[in-house]
Amino acid sequence: MLAADGTPLKASLARALRRQKLRALMLIAPLLLFVVLTFIAPIVDMLWRSIENQLVPETLPRTVEALKDWNPKSGEVPGEAVFAALAADLQIAVKAKTHTRVASRLNYEQPGIASLFRQSGRKVKRLEEGNYREQFLDMHDGWGSIAVWSTIKRFSGDYTAGYFLNAVDMENTGDGAQFKSEDQQIYLFLFGRTFLLSVTITFTCLLLGYPLAWLLATLPVRTSNLLMILVLLPFWTSLLVRTSAWIVLLQQEGVINDTLVTIGILDDNNRLQMMFNQTGTIIAMTHILLPFMILPLYSVMKTIPPSYVRAAKSLGATDWTAFWRVYFPQSVPGIGAGAILVFIVAIGYYITPELVGGTDGIFISNRIAYHISSSLNWGLGAALGVILLGVVLIFYWTYDKIVGIDNVKLG
Amino acid sequence: MKLTKLFLGAATAALCVSAVQAQEMTIVSWGGAYSKSQLRAYHEPYMAKNAGVSIINDESAAEAVAKLRAMAEAGNTTWDVVDVVASDAIRLCDEGLAMEIDPETQLAPAPDGTSAADDFGDLMVSECFIPQIVYSTTFGYRSDVAEWGGKEPDDICDVFDLEAFPGKRSLEKRPINNVEWALLCDGVAPDDVYSVLETPEGVDRALAKLGTIRDSVIWWSAGAETPQRLADGEIVMGSTYNGRLFSVIEEQKQPVKMLWDWQVFDLDGWIIPAGLSDERKARALDYIYFATDTQRLADQAKYISYGPARASSAPLVGKHADLGIDMAPHMPTDPDNAKNTLLYNYEFWADYRDDIDAKFQAWLAK
Repeated sequence: MLAADGTPLKASLARALRRQKLRALMLIAPLLLFVVLTFIAPIVDMLWRSIENQLVPETLPRTVEALKDWNPKSGEVPGEAVFAALAADLQIAVKAKTHTRVASRLNYEQPGIASLFRQSGRKVKRLEEGNYREQFLDMHDGWGSIAVWSTIKRFSGDYTAGYFLNAVDMENTGDGAQFKSEDQQIYLFLFGRTFLLSVTITFTCLLLGYPLAWLLATLPVRTSNLLMILVLLPFWTSLLVRTSAWIVLLQQEGVINDTLVTIGILDDNNRLQMMFNQTGTIIAMTHILLPFMILPLYSVMKTIPPSYVRAAKSLGATDWTAFWRVYFPQSVPGIGAGAILVFIVAIGYYITPELVGGTDGIFISNRIAYHISSSLNWGLGAALGVILLGVVLIFYWTYDKIVGIDNVKLG
Repeated sequence: MKLTKLFLGAATAALCVSAVQAQEMTIVSWGGAYSKSQLRAYHEPYMAKNAGVSIINDESAAEAVAKLRAMAEAGNTTWDVVDVVASDAIRLCDEGLAMEIDPETQLAPAPDGTSAADDFGDLMVSECFIPQIVYSTTFGYRSDVAEWGGKEPDDICDVFDLEAFPGKRSLEKRPINNVEWALLCDGVAPDDVYSVLETPEGVDRALAKLGTIRDSVIWWSAGAETPQRLADGEIVMGSTYNGRLFSVIEEQKQPVKMLWDWQVFDLDGWIIPAGLSDERKARALDYIYFATDTQRLADQAKYISYGPARASSAPLVGKHADLGIDMAPHMPTDPDNAKNTLLYNYEFWADYRDDIDAKFQAWLAK
């Protein structure tokens, strides 16, 4: 079949479609560019650090090369050639002031290397030609430690799996990856807790949000608008203000405990511990995330015609059957949207757990924040971030398989 | 013709504006009462002397290390002078993010001619760091606790004594200071604390000692938390920065007293970011020269109870500007307060901070 201009209709249609797609792409191009430049590129750049290790081979190129022939299992400190290479590398690095950078990098793996490099850096200018091994061993005991040398050897590649191993509580001490000792394991435990608490918070949000959203959707407009403002006002209030308000309410000398003691329900010496633990985190975060549950639920419930429930009842269904068989299935897309929103926001939360979580209510994000802003171990922070992102994507994928992402509605 | 003139005029105006902007200087500090004391002791007199300069206050000192690193990587450092604690200054210097300072030429000598290097003495803990104040992390306790039967804690080990001094305590949610105090009260001699801590067994020993009071501890991460909890009666004693306790005791008149035993001295001061343009560097250095001279450091103590870092400033410390009370007895460096002290061990913590912190956090989480 041919189109009016003589070309095959199929080709002509395809061309028209292509043109349309191109036009649509042009329309969203500014936004796309903006997202790529300000969102995706920085994230990829940050996550890249979880495997990157170029600092070591770039700063100590000769040492890294010379160490290739050394076997940590020999039980002996490397020979003169390695120390001569180290002397040459350090002399250049000290001039460029990069020796302390590589030292803080290696110190993450082996405590003590930071001061070893810093102290040696001051003395390296005074090194004399020849017999470097002896001179370095005189300079600092650390150079006689097998652990120090095998750390340098292990982290001499351009890329490393070390950060990821660390992020799952493992280490590679030379004979394969294995779990760290019990008292140093923390991240897997925190991942588990973050997940459990986020699920709990999602459920409490659903439990509290569902009836409220139903009320909002069924009440007359004037009343429901008023209620809506009550939902939105806290939503617009600063996160810190709301968290601090919960501290005032829930702490042991706080409003709730004081009231309970005054009316005689509680003894003054047995005040409830509701803050600085998991309870505090769950209460405060449920309150903060509640609007994320209510709003999608509300907008979906708004579209369910009330006549369906009336019809069910007129056909003889009880209140419960009418709700469970007719109303509830239609509100599921709202539950899906709300639950996904709340869960994903919760899993990455850190300010509220930091303030009210005490010791057993903190999340994995608190450790990520620590490594990004305090310890400056960005590689480990990035590795933890990659894992967290991966976990979220897996959940999303599972959700899509089980419920179907097309069934999620925000309104 | 007219249009060209208009353009020229606009261009000149724009140039003038940028010239005026070039006189702006961004100084980063901690905010709150501390920034206020710097504003009154340093910024205001400096701006009065240098009419063209205007100082912009940024309060992100708590994230300064991470932000400076990010700025340096992006090649756009927008800060001119940054207030950091000494351990952060050492790290910034290590990473090549702060500029090295020559105390002989770039800092003011004392009024009697002593060089700045001698005047600051041992407190210049890094080549990039110009110390400003000595502060301490120490304990405050409520003086109205009925269960204590009139006794008051006067020994650091009273913090670990739940029988004589029951009640909640608050400690910082990090190992630094806490593990030292724990070992001191576990019978380790002060000189041996760090050699014990270097071993894994030493860390376990410190954590075990902390474990004896763990159920009575609320952990803090912001310096304002302990004073707030003391005032609320949520805790009976807690560690924090001495200046915060001063304001609870003297400004808010709460029933709180100081426990100075084994306070840990630490330093706070300035660094200048590396890689500033010559013009900005010159301006930052000019400000530093002015703000760290003997009189200026002594002036800051009029507004906050932190000790000046110069030896020559100590005799000049006077009365509080608003309260009119004598500041000397409130200084951590006052001989009566400084009978037993530790100085933050920069070398040790630079090496072991991440390692011990991981163990400490694992211990806390379980």
